[in-house]
Amino acid sequence: MDCDAFYASVEKRDNPDLEGKPVIIGGGRRGVVSTCCYIARIKGVRSAMPMFQALKLCPEAVIVRGRMDRYVEVSRQVRTMMDELTPTVEPLSLDEAFMDLTGTAKLHGAPPAVMLARLTKRMSDEIGITGSIGLSHNKFLAKVASDLDKPRGFSVIGAAETTDFLRPKPVRLIWGIGPAAQASLEAAGIRTFDDLLRWDRRDLNDRFGSMGERLYALARGEDARRVSAHTPVKGLSNETTFHDDTNDTDILDGHIWRMAEKVSGRAKAKDKAGRVVTLKLKRANHKLLSKRQILHQPTQLADTIYRTARGLFDQVGDQGPYRLLGVGISDLVPAGDADREGDLLDPDAGKRAEAERAADAIREKFGTDAILKGRALR
Amino acid sequence: MKLSIERATLLKAVAQAQSVVERRNTIPILANVLIEAEGSDATFRATDLDIEVVDKAPAQVERAGATTVSAVTLNEIVRKLPDGALVTLTEDSASGRLTIEAGRSNFSLATLPKEDFPVMASSDYATNFSADAPTLRRLFDKSKFAISTEETRYYLNGVYMHVADADGGKVLRCVATDGHRLARIDADLPADADGMAGVIVPRKTVGELRKLLDDDDMKIAVSVSETKVRFATPEITLTSKVIDGTFPDYTRVIPQGNTRKLEVDASEFAKAVDRVATVSSERSRAVKLQLDEDRLILSVNAPDSGAAEEELAVAYGDERLEIGFNAKYLLEIASQVDRENAVFMFNSSGDPTLMREGNDTSAVYVVMPMRV
Repeated sequence: MDCDAFYASVEKRDNPDLEGKPVIIGGGRRGVVSTCCYIARIKGVRSAMPMFQALKLCPEAVIVRGRMDRYVEVSRQVRTMMDELTPTVEPLSLDEAFMDLTGTAKLHGAPPAVMLARLTKRMSDEIGITGSIGLSHNKFLAKVASDLDKPRGFSVIGAAETTDFLRPKPVRLIWGIGPAAQASLEAAGIRTFDDLLRWDRRDLNDRFGSMGERLYALARGEDARRVSAHTPVKGLSNETTFHDDTNDTDILDGHIWRMAEKVSGRAKAKDKAGRVVTLKLKRANHKLLSKRQILHQPTQLADTIYRTARGLFDQVGDQGPYRLLGVGISDLVPAGDADREGDLLDPDAGKRAEAERAADAIREKFGTDAILKGRALR
Repeated sequence: MKLSIERATLLKAVAQAQSVVERRNTIPILANVLIEAEGSDATFRATDLDIEVVDKAPAQVERAGATTVSAVTLNEIVRKLPDGALVTLTEDSASGRLTIEAGRSNFSLATLPKEDFPVMASSDYATNFSADAPTLRRLFDKSKFAISTEETRYYLNGVYMHVADADGGKVLRCVATDGHRLARIDADLPADADGMAGVIVPRKTVGELRKLLDDDDMKIAVSVSETKVRFATPEITLTSKVIDGTFPDYTRVIPQGNTRKLEVDASEFAKAVDRVATVSSERSRAVKLQLDEDRLILSVNAPDSGAAEEELAVAYGDERLEIGFNAKYLLEIASQVDRENAVFMFNSSGDPTLMREGNDTSAVYVVMPMRV
């Protein structure tokens, strides 16, 4: 199930004034389009498009700053409905999830297709948002099917027609085949699934390494991945696109701190800590730089994440100006294993950690803006 | 170039050379060892641009000359030759190959021109002194476990060798720390060492140096400049750049006011720590020490995997204390103790703890506690 223009639909539902207008969700003049409604899409606006470009295509668009809390709330309502169909729901994001409906026909007294049609009807009647369904015999095909006739789509790819269906389709249909992989496939003369079918397994393996095995299976519409309700969180990260490209270390430092604080806040909420800190920078020419550091011990402290990310930033040197900065933690462990050891060479670290925990307690009681570091104002 | 050399002699030189060359190399010549034959000696030179090792070995030189071949391959070949073999190395400049003959074995290796081989620039060494192998061995062996691997704190990626003031006067001192434990080892100041600039000897150099120190009677000529350090025996010269950075002021890290004293048999202690740590998960091996009158209880509680406890008879006369440590660090410092009991000096459960051997202050260790 894939919700149709989810964020925009939630906004339209909450604000009837937006009805019939092109709506773009995203940040400021310099930001990128996070998502947009179908009216804006008709004008050519797409996700991840720079905002100025989107506004050129669709000047009358209403830009709405995303309200993540609200989307999470609505997503939970949808999730509850899906949970009634099957215990095996694997969310991909707030607005998209795999459901394994194998063996549920008897329980519900109706085949999966009927139950899914009822689900989308309930979503639109009770929550006020619409979704598209892709029904098939594995994850790969279900995902492909869900994209076939959005919005309010309902597509079924049966086992018997799988190969015939795929044959003429371009290989970029495969999730994870980006422009680079596409180019390397094209260099081998592979554009469609039909081209792919002509390759034998060994040749694909030799030419494409680990991807070869997957291509061989997907060409035949085979995908053995299970729908798993317990996909572990691998990492937490936050990023921001600036209003103006910048090289100013003080401004960037402020961004590093705010991102570190956000990541730390989410880690604390989830009771997780990370062993790896990653810094991501996008230069003005859109080139991405990414650096990571393995920590001596897992952390969930904003102070440690910030200091590590700042150290990574200093290693990058002056290669800006930058347009985007992101900070993340990964290799997650339970929070109980985090921040247990002090640093001989940084005797103040303990005091800073205590100060951070005290500030967290104040925020808990008086709200997130009750106390903040001066650094956050940069 | 043509020379003959005894297999064991050759193996020693080539083994040292191949351990210096980097395994992953983008500059082909750096994977090679430079072999030079002259008079009655063959010298083997290898470098990774930070460290250079030169090994001079007696050989029958038939034709003087020089060439370079892959250090790793040559080492593998020589290692597999039978003991006692006489090995003949012949360079054929026409084919650009080096042949290696021993008994009925015959090998031919590709060479690279000797002119391409980078020879480390010489340095003006302001300090030159001589030290016994056992002295250097103790200084570095007891400190190297605490060297940091953290790249962002590159100045901790080595052992800080310097002259320091101790209670009994000036000493030659080696310090290493990674921020979680610290080792400070002192030795009598060798004649002529006073005035030496403090240098951070990189981890890899410490490892290479160790190979020069096995012979108890060996005297090592040590030369130090601001940027380089050199250790030499009559056969082997190890030259290394030092880490370009400032070692932090470690003196303020060493606790002065810790008064709670625990005395324990180091090997019993290490064994007990090792036993209780077995149940702990690999990642956070925290051991809790509960100290009471002449009694130490070591315990590990890992909610997911299990729990363990062991009691040891110790000498402790202070008030009750509970403190946690990373088991690995406790094992490492306990294993440095070889003659007397281990003496731990505690303050509180959040403060650094000091460890030494008996009353000997020439080797002290500091370890940071862990929240348990």
